[in-house]
Formats: sequence, structure tokens, C-alpha cells
Amino acid sequence: MWLLNSSIGKKLIMSISGLFLILFLLFHMSMNVAAVFSEKAYNVICALLGSNWYAIAATLVLAAGFIVHIVYSIILTLQNRKARGNDRYAVNKKPKMVEWASQNMFVLGVIVLGFLVLHGSQFWYKMTFTEIIGHHEVELGGAIVSPQDGAAFIRYYFAQPLNVVLYLIWYVALWFHLTHGFWSAIHTIGWNNQIWMKRWQIISNILSTVICLGFALVTIVFFIKSL
Amino acid sequence: MDKNINITVKVWRQKDRKTKGGFESYQLEGISQGSSFLEMLDILNEKLVNEGKEPVFFDHDCREGICGMCSLYIDGHPHGPDESITTCQLHMRKFDDGATITIEPWRSAGFPVIRDLVVDRTAYDKIIQAGGFVSVNTGGVPDGNTIPIPKKDADLAMDAAACIGCGACAAACKNGSAMLFVSAKVSQLALLPQGRVEAARRAKAMVAKMDELGFGNCTNTRACEAECPKDISISNIARLNREFIKAKLQD
Amino acid sequence: MTKINSKIPQGPLADKWTNYKNHQKLVNPANKRRLDVIVVGTGLAGASAAASLAEMGFNVLNFCIQDSPRRAHSIAAQGGINAAKNYQNDGDSVYRLFYDTIKGGDYRAREANVYRLAEVANSIIDQCVAQGVPFAREYGGLLDNRSFGGAQVSRTFYARGQTGQQLLLGAYSALSRQIGLGKVKMYTRYEMLDVVIVDGRARGIIARNLVTGEIERFSAHAVVVGSGGYANTFFLSTNAMASNGSAAWQCYKKGAWFANPCMAQIHPTCIPVHGEFQSKLTLMSESLRNDGRIWVPKKLEDAKAIREGKLKPTQIKEEDRDYYLERRYPAFGNLVPRDVASRAAKERCDAGYGVGDTGLAVYLDFSDAINRLGKNVVEQRYGNLFQMYEKIVDDNPYETPMMIFPALHYTMGGLWVDYELMTSIPGLFAIGEANFSDHGANRLGASALMQGLADGYFVLPYTIQNYLADQIQVPRFSTDLPEFEKAEKGIKDRIAKLMSIKGKRSVDSIHKELGHIMWDFVGMARNAEGLRKAINDIKAVKKEFWSNVRIPGEANDLNVELEKALHLADFIEIGELMARDALDREESCGGHFREEFQTPEGEALRQDDKFSYVSCWEYQGEDKEPVLLKEPLDYEFIVRQQRNYKS
Repeated sequence: MWLLNSSIGKKLIMSISGLFLILFLLFHMSMNVAAVFSEKAYNVICALLGSNWYAIAATLVLAAGFIVHIVYSIILTLQNRKARGNDRYAVNKKPKMVEWASQNMFVLGVIVLGFLVLHGSQFWYKMTFTEIIGHHEVELGGAIVSPQDGAAFIRYYFAQPLNVVLYLIWYVALWFHLTHGFWSAIHTIGWNNQIWMKRWQIISNILSTVICLGFALVTIVFFIKSL
Repeated sequence: MDKNINITVKVWRQKDRKTKGGFESYQLEGISQGSSFLEMLDILNEKLVNEGKEPVFFDHDCREGICGMCSLYIDGHPHGPDESITTCQLHMRKFDDGATITIEPWRSAGFPVIRDLVVDRTAYDKIIQAGGFVSVNTGGVPDGNTIPIPKKDADLAMDAAACIGCGACAAACKNGSAMLFVSAKVSQLALLPQGRVEAARRAKAMVAKMDELGFGNCTNTRACEAECPKDISISNIARLNREFIKAKLQD
Repeated sequence: MTKINSKIPQGPLADKWTNYKNHQKLVNPANKRRLDVIVVGTGLAGASAAASLAEMGFNVLNFCIQDSPRRAHSIAAQGGINAAKNYQNDGDSVYRLFYDTIKGGDYRAREANVYRLAEVANSIIDQCVAQGVPFAREYGGLLDNRSFGGAQVSRTFYARGQTGQQLLLGAYSALSRQIGLGKVKMYTRYEMLDVVIVDGRARGIIARNLVTGEIERFSAHAVVVGSGGYANTFFLSTNAMASNGSAAWQCYKKGAWFANPCMAQIHPTCIPVHGEFQSKLTLMSESLRNDGRIWVPKKLEDAKAIREGKLKPTQIKEEDRDYYLERRYPAFGNLVPRDVASRAAKERCDAGYGVGDTGLAVYLDFSDAINRLGKNVVEQRYGNLFQMYEKIVDDNPYETPMMIFPALHYTMGGLWVDYELMTSIPGLFAIGEANFSDHGANRLGASALMQGLADGYFVLPYTIQNYLADQIQVPRFSTDLPEFEKAEKGIKDRIAKLMSIKGKRSVDSIHKELGHIMWDFVGMARNAEGLRKAINDIKAVKKEFWSNVRIPGEANDLNVELEKALHLADFIEIGELMARDALDREESCGGHFREEFQTPEGEALRQDDKFSYVSCWEYQGEDKEPVLLKEPLDYEFIVRQQRNYKS
């Protein structure tokens, strides 16, 4: 199967799964931003995404997207290291036009993944997962809240300066990852040429900025509210 | 204004494919900045030969930037710090008095070192042999003007065809990928009606050969494009991806 | 006296090639599979021949000294390729292309060969287009042409400033296809060191694996040499560093005649020499002369001030500039043929008007063109060349005139071949620049690409069959034959001798010495006294080389110094033969200019009654004088005229 065997096939898998994850991020970000305007509205969305079958199905698909993206990044990176050969350059300089992010996608990905684990344990585990296993109450900072009360979670975690700093670092890593990731995914599919190269890169920058600013906005607003 | 400079060159020396290599440093005095980089190496070699030592081996031939024979990773850049040129077109005026210049061979699993700075680039030939051609025999072809070709396509094909097959793209790539080279040939022939006929077959065959030879996977860092002495654009890589995916979907 | 049979077919000029093809012997497909052909070289001629022969069904063994067949020096040709397509409706025809080529060659080429060349040129363009060569096109999608080298019609097809590269890559792709199919066995980084003769026929070669140093034997039914020219005899030339005359020279030493060795072309537009360490010269396309104007200062004191750096060329007033080509040749001006332009530059520099640090340069000025056409148009036409110039010289040609000087560029002479491209040794063929055949005493711009591809695609694949048709019963040869053994031993002894000298001088230092002799006495202007001196001086260089060269490293290993030494050993002998031939040819024609034979205005003066022949030199043995055979050049179809570029 060419998708699994050929280099371009494997990259296509990276590209499609990456684009899918970007769509998820866009959705997640939009949902979060709702909390800034109305905590009630945010909770309605949280309730909607509780333990419904479609939410679970979507979660599984999302997880599959993450796994595919991660597994293939590992496969490709290992192959690439091998293709590079055993001897490294003693002196190696990055040409001006090469984005720093593009040469560090794997490292950025690992950072993003690391924070994802933290995020999952703080939010997803206590909200969605709690509900899936059938509980309707969860302990949060000494208080008992409903797992559907997303706003309470945001208030709680983003009141802690350490969490805020960690999340902001995460968004920065994510921003770098996306600035290259988005146009690169489009390029791999083949939707690019000399004119669109510049455009896709600008769109890429705008998109990642919107996503990361959206997330950061929620984090910062709730931190300020907590003061 | 060109002047004479004193430099130290740190050169990778390696006896053969299997022996472990290492750097050796040589001092050179009074090198004219008007001389080319390879002439500087000629002077070094003349000096080594006169001392009864073996010269530094490096590939070179036309010395006007078109044959693609010269290579060298100079101070962290394939074909040296200047842009849009090959090593043989690099001049010493790009270097300052007292500079230490590090010279390494292409380092990529696809290009094993033969000796010192000489690497084996036959992998690129093998990729072309797999499909980088139009299957026509000599004779029996239609008149050159039978099929009009839009100037824009002909120009784009020419841009891609300017590739000299030097290997700087794979050498510059952190993934050891040969995609820029492969895409340039696939693009050139896919853009022209004469090559269009077997475009699908060509894209598949060349990519398969490239993968088989152990080149890495492109992650669109654009290092190849930045270091390419002929400024081949990575938009060719997008076209290759397009051609390849399309060909596979049609199967 | 040996009889020279050039095998020109009978009949009217325009029918000769057709007649030949109609009556030549062919080899049937089943028999082609049983025949092996060795092709040495992968330039335009070699690659196209190897590919075409393999397509027809022969088994081809192809050799090149570089790491890939795509690197052959044909790749460096910039300007274009001629063909009489008459796409521009400007009255071009096969006859005109033939006539211009023969006139450009100063009537020292065979009529029949040149006519055939002009005839097949059109097919070359079609072939290249079919291969995907991206020739320049007009907005309507049809092929574009430009005028080149003083032709009165626009018949030059081009691919930017990289026509040679694109044509070679076309041939290389055809060759690669055959390698992929297994019909061509490709040997890269191999150098032919000898040709093996069995029972009077060429039956194989001895080659050195340049990576391992191993000497290997290869046998075949025929051997084709497409190894290029010998311009590097001069050390400094526009040829690639590894270009050499050794393969052809070994054929000569085995009995193949060497024809017109003195006919070498000096190209007028090269970047001047900048110092003792210079390794080669860079050509700037002749197309620059379409818009550039060549001049030197009118006053000696201005020239002197410029050389000393006290004056800039832009400070010289218009009336103090001597546009000497326009002055001397009003009709053609800056577009006179290469030999004329080169000699005129030398004349001015010798008279003390030269510019640059060394006084060995003239200006090529684009200020008029920029004023007339605008910088954009000039950039479109010559941008890549200007950039190349700036990278090398560090001067901006948009602001200050370029400096140029002639340099050795191409050798019209080479192995003598008959109409079938076969040398005087049966079964040994020579194609492209390696043979002498089509350019006479001077090659016109955009004709070398044409000849290389004509030989490889459309001539040799036919003519070689006429020879091979008799060979179908001959089984493959064993490389254990005593002839192979002897040839290999000869090579090994020669290498051992070189390695054992262990002298004090590097190969390059001796080569430079040879180069100086060649440039001074066998260069643009020659005379009997100088040529005699050159022959003597070259003998001294030969002695010095064989007693004092130092080659480090081992013979059975990658050893570039040894490769260079083997080349130089041959260049020394080629140089001597060039001088000898130049001394014999007491006339001036094309690239060969004897100071004793010039018109009162300083133009070349041919002696048609005495020297209308091809000089064929036959080797007689080490340190023996070669014998000169003469192939008369009878002009049946055209009348020879004195070349005139004045009016």
C-alpha cells in the first residue's frame, strides 16, 4: 500500500492527521473563548460534550488522529536520522530563509505532547473521563464540583501562576509547531506553487496566531479574574 | 579591493569508505582574494605535493558552475557561504584575513565518502535511470514545432531543468532527502506535453527508487532551496507530491 | 605512400547522404544483440551515440572519467545550437547552413561531411524537443531563435544561457533510460588508457578504474572514441579541468592518423587571467557581442593610466575610445567570427593599448545597449552572464565595462575520420570534438553542439552498421588474448615508470610551463621561427617531465596526480605535433594564423593552391618524426573565396 510504504504516502498521513488536529484545535479554541464571554455558555458546551456517544466517538477519532500523527512522526524521524548518515557536520549553519520551527518540528511536537499529558490529567481526565466511568461529582482543589462545570475547572487551574506559565509556554511551542505545520501539510498534499507559497505561509502564521492567542486569552483572562 | 590573506583550512581527510576520517588543519599564507576557492585548494595541494604528501582529494571539473561535479560543505554551507553559486564559483574575497575555514564532504547516507572530500553520488544517476526521461528512441519524432508549448510552461520547465545534480540539496537537508532533485526532473518533464504522456509512471518510478536508495523524507524545511546553487524552487516538490498522489489515486 | 580513402559517396552534394543510407549494409535485429560496442565519453557525441546504439539493439559499454555521465564538458556550452529550420522565414536553408559552416571554417573542411551535418541538424532539434529539452519559446508556443556569431539568419535554438547543459541532459536521459534497461553498461570514474588492436582492427580498450587504480580490460566488436578535444594542452583554456586528449592520443599512437592538430580555436570573450594561480579560464557567451561594444583607449597614455589604476574606463571620453572591430570591419563590426575578433584583441594589446592589471584585456561595453534598450532588457538577455562575471571579477558590468581576453576554447583538429566517422584503424570510430571532420580551420558559434549530436544521433548509428555488418560472425573476444595482455603491460610499465621518477616538480608546474610555450608560440599568431623554438622547448619540457615529475601516493589507488601526469605526458606530445603541423601549414586559415601569411590589412591569407589539404599525421614510434599524409580537399560544389568581413 503506497500510503504506508512510500515516503510521500507516509508524509501524506502526517499531513492529513495534522490538518485534522488543527481543525480540532480551532474548535477547542472557539469553545474556550466562549468562556471569556459567558461561563454559562461554556458549561452548556461542556455538558453537550459529556459522555454522549457522539462525543465518545469523536474522542476516539481524535485520539486516533493524535496517535497516527505521533507514531508517524517517530517513524519518519528515525528514517530521516538514518538517511542523514553516521557522521554529522562539524559546522552547520541554518540558511536565512529556513524557519527555525521547520527544523525542530519533532522537538516541538514532543513539548506539545508533554503539555498535552498535563492538560489531559487536569481537564479531560477529571471531566470527560469521570463522566464516562459514570461519576457525576469530582474533587477539585478540596471542593466537589460537577464534571460538567468546565468553568469551575478553568477558574481553578488558571488561578495558579505556575499553571498559567506552563500553559503559555505550551501555546508558544504550539504556535511554532503550527506555523510550519500548516503550510507544510498543504505543501505535502501538493496544493502549492510559487505564488501560493508566500500566501500559505502567511495564512499559516495567521492561523497559528489566532489559535494560540485564543487559548492564551482564556488563560490570561481567568488568571486576571482570579486576582 | 582584493588583497592577500592568511587563512587556516580545516579539511576532512578520510582514507576510504570504511576508514574513520578526521580533520586536519593547514596554514596558507598570502592567498589572493581574487582567486577562487578551488584555486586556493590547488595551492594547498601544490604545497602538499611539494612536501611529498598526498593532496586533498576533491571533486571538480568545469569550474564554471555548470557541470555539478564540485561539492564541499564549507563553513556550514554546501557550496560555501555565498548564494546561488557552486563551490567552483566561490571566491576567496568571501573570507577574511585570519579566518579558519572548515571543509567537509557531503554527509548523507545516500552519498558515501570515497576519499577525503569526494563522495559517491551515483544514487542520483540511479534515480534518473528509473524514470527521469521521455521514452522516445532516436529518429521518428515529430517536428519540433508540432506541439506549441505555452511560454510560461516552457520557462517553468527550464527553471526546473537548471538542476546540475550536484547533491547539495540532500547534503543540506537535515533529513537527507533527495526530493528537490527528484522533483526538479519530474516537474520539468511533467510540464512539457512531450513528458506528460508518462508523467504518472515517471513520478512513481522515481519516488520508489529514491525511497529504495535510502534517502530521507522531506519535511519542507526549505534548506535545499536555500542552498541550491541553481535556485531550484521547492514548489517543484509540491508538484511532485501532486503528481505522485494523483498517479497513485488513479491506479 | 598510403592511399587515403575518405569514402565520400558519389552523386550530387544534396543526395550523397541519402544515397549512402540507401545502399549501406545493415545489421538485422537478432544479430545486433550479439555485437558489443565500446563508447568512450559521455558528452553530446558519446552519450547520444551510446543511447542510440543501445536503442537499436547493440550492447554498449560506455565509459566516462567523471562520477556521472551528466558531467561531460559539453554541459558548459552556453549559446545555442544551429539548425536550418527556417522557422523565422528569413530565407535559411540547408544549403545556407552548409555554406556558412564551410566558409566559417575557411574552406578547410570536406564539402560532403559539412553538407550532411547541415542536413541532419533539423532532426536534432526535433529529437531534443521530443526528449523534453526546454528550448526557449515565443508567446505563441513555438520555438524561438536568435542570431549568433555573425550569421545573417536567426537559426540558433537555445535554452537560456545553458543550451549545452540542456542538450546534454537530454542525451543523458536517453542514455540513462538504456542503462536502466540494461542495454548500456555504464562505467563511471574510468579512464581509457589504450585501445587494443587485434588483427588490425580495434577490439577493445584498457581502462583504469580511477577509484581503485585497477587496470582493467574490455573487449568489443568496435570502439567509438568521443573523448573531446585537447585544448588543455595550453594548461589555461576554457575546457574543464579533467578534459584531456589522452584517449585520442593513444589511438594515434596505435596508428590512427591525427588530422589538422594545429587548428585550435581561440575564443574572444573570456574573462582575463588574474594571476599565476589561475587554474582555468571562464568563457562568457559569444552572444554578449550582439549588444556589447568592444574597445580600448585610443591614447597609449590613457591605457597606461588605466593599467596603473589611475583612471577608470568610464572616465575615458567617447572620442578617446577605439572601437577597433567596428573601425576595421564596418560590415560585421563586433560580430566578426571568433578568430578575427581574437586576433584583433591581441593586436591591440601587443601594441600597448591593453587594459586591466596585466594589459591583457579589452573592454566589452554595454553602456550603449543599456541606454538604447534599458537595463531591464539587457538584464533579461544577459543577466546570468553578468552575474557570473560579477562573482568572478567583483565588478558590476552594468556600471563599468566588462574586461575580456581571448582564450583557447575548442580544437577543430582531432582523429582523422572518413565519411563513416571511422579512423584509419578499422573498427575504431571517432565522434564529436575528438574527430577533425566538420569545422575545417575554424568553428562557428553554435556549431559544436550540432556536430556532436549529429555524429551521435544520426550519423554514427548508421555508418557503424556498415562496418559491423561484416562482424556478425565474429564471436565475442576474450580479454585474455595476448594483444590485451601486451596493451595492459604497456600501460602498467608506463605508470610504473612515472611513479618511479620521484622528482621534485608537481605535474601542474610542468604543465604551466608547457602552457606558456604553447600560448606564446603556438597561440593566436604563429611564425616559423617561433614554432621551431616551440618544438625545441617542448622537447626540453618532455625531458624535464620524464626526469623530474613528482607523483605522491600509490598507483593502485585513487591518485589524481597520477591521472594528471598521464594526461600531461600526452599533452606534451600533442603540443609538439600541433607546432609541427602549424609549421608545415604555410598559410593562414581560420584559427591558424601565420604571421608570414597575411594580407596588407593584416587578415588571414590562405594558400589554396598549396595547402588545400587535410594534414594527416601518422605515428612512427617513440621519438621518431611522424609522417605527414595529405588528404586533398577538392571543392566540387562551391567556389572558395577570401573571407571578407569588411563589407
